[in-house]
Amino acid sequence: MAEEKKKPAVGLQPEGEVDWSDYQGILVVVEQREGSAKKVSWQLLGESKRMADKLNAPLMAMVIGHGVEEVAKEAIYYGADKVFICDSPELKDYRTRPYSKVCLHVIREFKPEIVLFGATYTGRDLAGAIATHLPTGLTADCTQLDVNEERLLMASRPAFSEKMLATILCKQFKPQMATARSGVFQSLPRDDSRVGEIIRIEPQMDEQEIATEVLEFVESTHGINLEDAEVIVSGGRGLGGPAGFKILQELANALGGVVGASRPAFEAGWITHDHQVGQTGSTVHPKLYIACGISGAIQHTIGMQSSDYIIAINKDPEAPIFKIANYGIVGDLFEIVPALTKAALAKKGKQAAVASAVTNG
Amino acid sequence: MLHIVACIKQVPDSREIRIDPKTNTLIRQGVPAIVNFYDLHGLEEALRIKDEYGARVTVVTMGPPSADKALKLCVSMGADEGVLISDRAFAGADTLATSYVVALAVEKAAQEWGPVDIVFCGKQTLDGDTGQVGPGVACRLDYDQLTYVEKVEHLDEAKKEIIVHRHLEDGVERVKAKLPVLITALAELNKPRRAGLPGVLKAGRYQPVVWTTNDFPDIDRSKIGLKGSPTIVGKTWVPEPKKVETQMLTAESTAVLAEQLIDSLYATELPAKLGWA
Ligand SMILES: Cc1cc2nc3c(=O)[nH]c(=O)nc-3n(C[C@H](O)[C@H](O)[C@H](O)COP(=O)(O)OP(=O)(O)OC[C@H]3O[C@@H](n4cnc5c(N)ncnc54)[C@H](O)[C@@H]3O)c2cc1C
Repeated sequence: MAEEKKKPAVGLQPEGEVDWSDYQGILVVVEQREGSAKKVSWQLLGESKRMADKLNAPLMAMVIGHGVEEVAKEAIYYGADKVFICDSPELKDYRTRPYSKVCLHVIREFKPEIVLFGATYTGRDLAGAIATHLPTGLTADCTQLDVNEERLLMASRPAFSEKMLATILCKQFKPQMATARSGVFQSLPRDDSRVGEIIRIEPQMDEQEIATEVLEFVESTHGINLEDAEVIVSGGRGLGGPAGFKILQELANALGGVVGASRPAFEAGWITHDHQVGQTGSTVHPKLYIACGISGAIQHTIGMQSSDYIIAINKDPEAPIFKIANYGIVGDLFEIVPALTKAALAKKGKQAAVASAVTNG
Repeated sequence: MLHIVACIKQVPDSREIRIDPKTNTLIRQGVPAIVNFYDLHGLEEALRIKDEYGARVTVVTMGPPSADKALKLCVSMGADEGVLISDRAFAGADTLATSYVVALAVEKAAQEWGPVDIVFCGKQTLDGDTGQVGPGVACRLDYDQLTYVEKVEHLDEAKKEIIVHRHLEDGVERVKAKLPVLITALAELNKPRRAGLPGVLKAGRYQPVVWTTNDFPDIDRSKIGLKGSPTIVGKTWVPEPKKVETQMLTAESTAVLAEQLIDSLYATELPAKLGWA
């Protein structure tokens, strides 16, 4: 350790002599709305469990909100040894200041060596504020996490439009912080026989001290959540207009999926931005992605290339999208997509008939 | 009058970045620079507020001397002043060190041109992709942060209040806050304007204000640039491209083709995983 300190300084140095050896364990900040946690929080607990075992250190979770007692218990079922809960009416909605103050209090008091958040809008908002306050290093949007023998967090993330991966380290400060992408890590199976410690934390701000007010939350009406979707049928410029999305929606319905889009389709006003896939839209990893009339530009494919199965329908046999597709069909989407819908429904009908024949038989 | 600061960054056009197949490193030469696209949505919103209420719009960017082009673009769109924060000592900054310098620049802009009411940043940059600088700047200035904003619903100049719509994964949140605030802009916020001829002419003659470390007498030099950055880049590598064997399907009719594809999908694990069966 002494040798370590003599090395030339790289990066920001803490002021004065700081002993970080008290900092132990991994803290996952759980995100919830109305008492239901975001999947990414449990995925992070799953991945962190592996790292905590390697560090031989506790796995902790932080739950903030109002009426979130159950979420705290769930955190234990999903792997946490210890859960900090801060439950108070003024914490019902996420607001940066009161939430970050609670987190800062827990971090300073209980000294985790690593703090992780989902790379959601809220997770990024909160993590950015906390890292600046502490201060410490924060790595955004990680897709790989690990710890090494020196207990350093190796937070790896895509860089340069996902053309490269880079491992980011924070050697001089604790805790080491990162936000991590949803859908990349596996959560542990829920085990309601697990037990753990629940520690109550006092809120750190009164309502009168909080200048922002959440007036209302309007849940998105079409319930589009691309990032969690298992089947996505996407359309691009090849659709030629908003009407094309109707036939995509029919195929999506038949397959139990949702509709996605390329950027030009959004820019032309054919569909709203929450459907856009790619660098400036959502990064998705469904089990099945069907690209219709999409050429396969890198800005699009970085957002969907990790899908389990990719199907491309394009009238240009040279379209780059075919290079990353498992199945390709060259032809007019206006003929092929409705035919697929029909075939999918027919197949489903047959399967159902077979199933009922078996059960009734 | 309202004073709005729009923070922008010049970034390499990611479409043009290629990997050298021999060395597995990035080829950055000759890559054109563009203004980070979300930042232009922030600037546009500042300009719309200027059009409606009257405001002074200052644009700041930290970057190399060549970033003056980006500032000229902003001036051509209608910004009143463009500030280039440029010094070798700022190079290599991570988000923490960047937010420190940008916050100092906002404070200095307030001293020069009046108290700041709103700071706009883009949601994230196309090269860094972190979205951390906005919250960092807000935190240092002690402003409330309103991130991922898709609409400014209402601005009350007298009461110094603003209502915005924040876009979240599962819906939209209407939030009221007291000025000063820092807003990070989404693409849905607006459609950035094209500069008119007078703007282009003005920008042609315009010389951006340049601030170096010397313009910030109280700057803590241990907090800037590479030296002020707690994160360091370890290993970088090019991920193995996903190997896919593309199966091109053909058939005598579209109906048969469609059936073939659906049958192929049913032959995989998908029906079981997706509950189609
Ligand atoms: C900074 C930046 C960020 C970007 N971010 C994104 C992003 O997040 N997401 C994104 O998607 N793009 C993004 N883009 C745009 C991207 O570069 C491409 O321009 C875009 O992805 C192309 O969309 P497309 O495939 O729908 O259109 P095109 O490239 O025009 O392709 C249309 C395709 O449709 C096919 N076609 C036409 N008619 C038919 C038909 N009847 N049947 C079958 N096929 C047909 C054509 O053969 C063609 O291949 C970004 C660009 C920049 C500069």
